[in-house]
Amino acid sequence: MSRTPTETRARVEKSLRRRYWAERRFRAYGLLAVLLGIVCVFFLIGTIASRGYTAFEQAYLTLDIHYDPAVIDPQGLRAPEALASANYNTLVRNALRELFPEVQERADVRALSRLVSTSAAHDLQARVQAHPEVIGQREKRRFLAAADVDQLLKGAIDRSQPEDSRLLSDRQISWVDRLQQKAELKLHFNRGFLTRGDSREPEQAGVLGALVGSAFTLLVTLLLSFPIGVAAAVYLEEFAPRNRWTDVIEVNINNLAAVPSIVFGLLGLAVFLNFAGLPRSAPLVGGLVLTLLTLPTIIIASRAALKGVPPSIREAALGMGASRLQMVGHHVLPLAMPGILTGTIIGMARALGETAPLLMIGMVAFIVDTPRGILDPATVLPVQIFLWADSPERAFLERTSAAIIVLLAFLIVMNAIAVVLRKRFERRW
Amino acid sequence: MSYAALFLLIAALAVVGYWLGKYRALALVGGGKGIRRLHSLPSYYGLLTALWASLPCVLLLLLWGSLQESIIGALVRQHLADRQLAGDASQIGLFMNDVHNVLAGSVPAEQASPAVQAAAADYAHLRGIATRARTGLVLAVGVAGLWLVRRRIHVSLRARNAVESLGEKALLFCSLIAIFVTVGIVLSVLYESILFFQAVAPHKFLFGLSWSPQTALRADQVGSSGSFGAVPLFLGTAMISGIAMLVAVPIGLYSAIYLSEYAGPRFRSWAKPMLEMLAGIPTVVYGFFAALTMGPALRALGESFGLPVASESALAAGLVMGIMIIPFVSSLADDMIRAVPQSLRDGAYALGATRSETIKQVVLRAALPGIVGGILLAVSRAIGETMIVVMAAGLAANLTANPLQAVTTVTVQIVTLLTGDQEFDSPKTLAAFALGLVLFVVTLVLNIVALYVVRRYREQYE
Repeated sequence: MSRTPTETRARVEKSLRRRYWAERRFRAYGLLAVLLGIVCVFFLIGTIASRGYTAFEQAYLTLDIHYDPAVIDPQGLRAPEALASANYNTLVRNALRELFPEVQERADVRALSRLVSTSAAHDLQARVQAHPEVIGQREKRRFLAAADVDQLLKGAIDRSQPEDSRLLSDRQISWVDRLQQKAELKLHFNRGFLTRGDSREPEQAGVLGALVGSAFTLLVTLLLSFPIGVAAAVYLEEFAPRNRWTDVIEVNINNLAAVPSIVFGLLGLAVFLNFAGLPRSAPLVGGLVLTLLTLPTIIIASRAALKGVPPSIREAALGMGASRLQMVGHHVLPLAMPGILTGTIIGMARALGETAPLLMIGMVAFIVDTPRGILDPATVLPVQIFLWADSPERAFLERTSAAIIVLLAFLIVMNAIAVVLRKRFERRW
Repeated sequence: MSYAALFLLIAALAVVGYWLGKYRALALVGGGKGIRRLHSLPSYYGLLTALWASLPCVLLLLLWGSLQESIIGALVRQHLADRQLAGDASQIGLFMNDVHNVLAGSVPAEQASPAVQAAAADYAHLRGIATRARTGLVLAVGVAGLWLVRRRIHVSLRARNAVESLGEKALLFCSLIAIFVTVGIVLSVLYESILFFQAVAPHKFLFGLSWSPQTALRADQVGSSGSFGAVPLFLGTAMISGIAMLVAVPIGLYSAIYLSEYAGPRFRSWAKPMLEMLAGIPTVVYGFFAALTMGPALRALGESFGLPVASESALAAGLVMGIMIIPFVSSLADDMIRAVPQSLRDGAYALGATRSETIKQVVLRAALPGIVGGILLAVSRAIGETMIVVMAAGLAANLTANPLQAVTTVTVQIVTLLTGDQEFDSPKTLAAFALGLVLFVVTLVLNIVALYVVRRYREQYE
């Protein structure tokens, strides 16, 4: 069984070639996996951005409104009740009929007035109530176009489809085209998206209510979870004796960090709503649930930050006669604060994106008004996204994506702050 | 006074207490010069007084706040029972609902029936008494605390020790909150689950094959009882989580290997945060993506091959969930691989192994327990994930092994059972808590095992 050296060399070289191939293959799989993950990030954000950016523009229709006294206030008394209950839709319809004098039939007039959003009448009502002197005059005003017109302008409605499976009829499309030619119908920046509450009509729906709700909820979460989380971390890291009890607490915190968030929602429903009788849909309850959810994150991050402070600082403080609480309060905590704040911001970012537990405590209600306190019914941004994603109207699709863009923007800002904090104030001993 | 006003009052009391205590201590020793004779710094005497003036009040107020409404409600019911106005439990519930609506002003009082109006007046009357009693009690307790401590202030009073021991107790209490939360979860979920299991036998719930919780409004309608066999939900959850792990484990593991063993520091420093961005994206965004992009895309793909794919297929939800879990697997595996000592790798190289052979035969085997622990954590996350499946998986409980069909999961059913209007004690809503209990127990076991394995593994190389 003896081989010549050449034979052995040949065998080794052959196996080496195979082994190097395996090496290269393995490495390529690894690179492929990393790139696949990164492609997923770009694809996800790309699809949502490309769907959502159009919602930041909105079709507006400029109409020459005649504040006809015969319609608004036939008695001429300027009584507030008369001004409140007048039929402002008639003003809008008259202005449209002036533009299209050939439209005479009732059904056609109705189809024509459907090009303007229902908010136009409310807008005129508010205008007349605030300035009754405009009655009898003419004025050019800009109104929201209906959602379908908006979608047509953005190319989301296919003109080549048969008429009866399309949201707008052939005649409506021809009117829209003529309005566009006269430059009376145009896309403008959609301010309403950031300054309005939710609505059943896509063109009137905005995220302000959800943003304010999110802000209130996060405020409650921060005010509760930051002090409690830091205190718990300080106790476990600086005061707790090493015994079975502290072990139990530690295991517990690590477990809570991995409990599904929906279970916290069940807890909130059973304890805060049914037992303590707190109001449904309130940011207070949402904040309480999110506090329980973010506490483990904050505790774990704070403990890591406290661990990073070298023991010599503690010994020096104790040596100068400080008590343990003074040592922590005057020296260790300030030095650990950048790390703690970073962890807190990351916890808050997670809380901002959390949806499931808030569904359990009734924050899914349809709420038009912007909440004014932590006890008002409210919804939050991710829940608003969930609600809009469920809507059948096409126009809500771009609104949902736009709301996601707003949410992601907030998350990116928060994470960027965390990164900057860590970079600027991190100290290495 | 309202709660907000009372809290302001307590804060004011604390401030007053601080100054009273501080100046009392200073006055005892005759001003700034005699300060050495005091046991503690004057501000500690102030703090002690402030704490004793405010802390009991706050605790009292919280206790009061959590009990007031239920006690008043019980009293009003009692008065109703005394006047023989009460019917059975559900009628009383509806009646009390009307009373609350009148009180909250959402229903004008004139529209309510005289009985409701009377009860509402009764309720408002009791509430008025409670508010006055609350204000008086809080004031009395606060002033009494303040006065007691101020009287005890003396040169040798160990104010600092007293304040600090209170502080340490507060810290201990904060760290115990984690335990309270766990106990709270267990008790609340268990309590409702026990109510559920009184209506539906546990073995029918755990092993039943049919899930249709829609109970009819009238007892004589078809399917009025509802059936609560949760096996289709468990299988649906397992299938979607399984698909997710099939995506996440290979991609996550390979990228962890590449990032920790092959990539240079520059590539690693931007690729790793990029991957971790996937973990920062809210789940509702993944849900939207799964429902509106992945679902239709898979459907179209299936049609081009002639396969019937449901638009809410398990595959779409599973794939997107897998993408979400990639960073969990990769960052945990990355940690574990980096914890393997360099000496093991050097030994393998010295024997002539290539890098991939070293990784496959030495590093991965050494890191295996840690990686398994990480994967278990990822599984528990997949099982508990809610928004993706709520938005992209179906509602119908199909008992199927075909990933192209729609299935439903435990979390989807919890959400559908608990959102919307229904009375709280029907088996339908209680079933959600039973499902929650199963979910909690399963994820808890997974977490405990995983954390134990990871911990043991870390200790091995430290």
